[in-house]
Amino acid sequence: MANPGGGAVCNGTLHNHKKQSNGSKSGTGTKNGIMKEAQQNGKPHFYDNLIVESFEEAPLHVLVFTYMGYGIGTLFGYFRDFLRNWGIEKCNAAIEREEQKDFVPLYQDFENFYTRNLYMRIRDNWNRPICSAPGPHFDVMERVSDDYNWTFRFTGRIIKDVINMGSYNFLGLAVKYNESMRTIKDVLETYGSGVASTRHEMGTLDKHKELEDLMAKFLNVEAAMVFGGCLILSDELNHTSIVLGARLSGATIRPFKHNNIQDLEKLLRDAIIYGQPRTRRAWKKILILVEGIYSMEGSIVNLPQIVALKKKYKAYLYMDEAHSIGAVGPTGRGVREFFGMDPDDVDVYMGTFTKSFGASGGYIAGKKELVDYLRVHSHSAVYATSMSPPIAEQIIRSLKLIMGLDGTTQGLQRIRQLAKNTKYFREKLKEMGFIIYGNDKSPVVPVLLYMPSKVAAFARHMLDRKIGVVVVGFPATPLAEARARFCISAAHTREMLDTVLEALDEMGDLLHLKYSRHRKSALPVLNDEMNFELDD
Amino acid sequence: MDFRRVKEYFSWLYYQYQIISCCAVLEPWERSMFNTILLTIFAMVVYTAYVFIPIHIRLAWEFFSKICGYHSTVSN
Repeated sequence: MANPGGGAVCNGTLHNHKKQSNGSKSGTGTKNGIMKEAQQNGKPHFYDNLIVESFEEAPLHVLVFTYMGYGIGTLFGYFRDFLRNWGIEKCNAAIEREEQKDFVPLYQDFENFYTRNLYMRIRDNWNRPICSAPGPHFDVMERVSDDYNWTFRFTGRIIKDVINMGSYNFLGLAVKYNESMRTIKDVLETYGSGVASTRHEMGTLDKHKELEDLMAKFLNVEAAMVFGGCLILSDELNHTSIVLGARLSGATIRPFKHNNIQDLEKLLRDAIIYGQPRTRRAWKKILILVEGIYSMEGSIVNLPQIVALKKKYKAYLYMDEAHSIGAVGPTGRGVREFFGMDPDDVDVYMGTFTKSFGASGGYIAGKKELVDYLRVHSHSAVYATSMSPPIAEQIIRSLKLIMGLDGTTQGLQRIRQLAKNTKYFREKLKEMGFIIYGNDKSPVVPVLLYMPSKVAAFARHMLDRKIGVVVVGFPATPLAEARARFCISAAHTREMLDTVLEALDEMGDLLHLKYSRHRKSALPVLNDEMNFELDD
Repeated sequence: MDFRRVKEYFSWLYYQYQIISCCAVLEPWERSMFNTILLTIFAMVVYTAYVFIPIHIRLAWEFFSKICGYHSTVSN
């Protein structure tokens, strides 16, 4: 921890900032103290976290039936396309105009075919409008479709008190107005709701400075930027937004198998030995791009081994903690703290405020030089308006809550409650016999459904029982691996989880979803309790 | 009482069939079309089995017994 510098900056849009962040702050002494203590406490549980990540394969008949189901859907899709083409049936989908028929076809690829013929049939399970805050319970507007999901209309009724298992509300901070939010009301009254300027011009408020200082303290940070002649090694399951950003940077991208250290090492060795593809010159920089928690699998990145590799081959590490900040780690500081590693091990931290903090926007944190460079050169600092003050205040409030700076232990209690809920939920699901992906400690729980019509039936039945779930299908996941993704929250009580588990049990029997071969096996109790015995 | 249980079981089985073969997400006329085609194919299979399997078995039996018979007459 020799370098007390570094800053974290944030803005209304992802990735950019421009602010003079004060490098050495008054809290340096305490910061180092906290860090050392966490290190000492962290060492023992680092080895316990080399865990149980399971990606069990489905039984063969399930895969056969899944592909068969898609095959039948595809056949009917061709049939309906034929009818639509010949005018026997009215076409509600987007088609090209008559004059464009001789140009390159726009809607003939598989994705459009899939959307038109398979997705449309079960479309009522997505984009459901809600009309309350996305807390542990929420209200869903009831809607029906008269023409098989091409158009919807609202009946005017509202389904009240649906249990929310889909929002990224890990710490339960996205709730209706309550007294602790009074500071936000005051900020709204003082600053108004908009900033009406970019960071470079007049859009930098003292609220932004306060937020950035607090964020740097939270993450304990202080970088590699990617220029041309650089290589990016990116995990194959990285989110589309990261992949697009990497492509825009102009560097060469090579994917490695998900969380597979041997594959990554092989790629690193090849890159260093053979250099750039045609000129054989050395790469200027090699950047490894990973996520903290992968949103579709619920797996946690294998950070200690990746950091060891990075140090051995002198590469840089960029970690996207969108789902893991605030949700894992003994004090909620993300995957780095979960494994008990040094904050300097990761070069660039990126994260969002939309998930655990209940606001909007994102941040990038790292060494001071990196952040200063971004402040000056990033596009949105120049062109986009900065973060709105009430939102900044909400993030400040959440951060203070999590860090315990508001004087209560509520933040720590929420984090522990989240961990308890996660453990309970995952254990029970495994006992019941569902196939679940991901790390045992991750609050994102994907339950595999496989067949497309089970996906639709599952979502509809769960809504009938007043539980709102998110189901995910083809373009976001591989074709045969459709799943339902549960996001556990600290605001879920044991009764709510029990209701959900009971409903899942019945659904599992009705739809025959309990594929796992390890039903009712006695799981060895991992030493989880040790992780939470920090003195506070 | 037992009848109801059996009926429930069959209706669960029919639901499983609908789910697995994507009939649950098809429109009603598509469903009837699919069921008709499937039943037709199944009926043809059953008919063909009924008509041809006994004859085939008899012919195969004769063929193999002739070989064994020839073999035994030669060895004699």
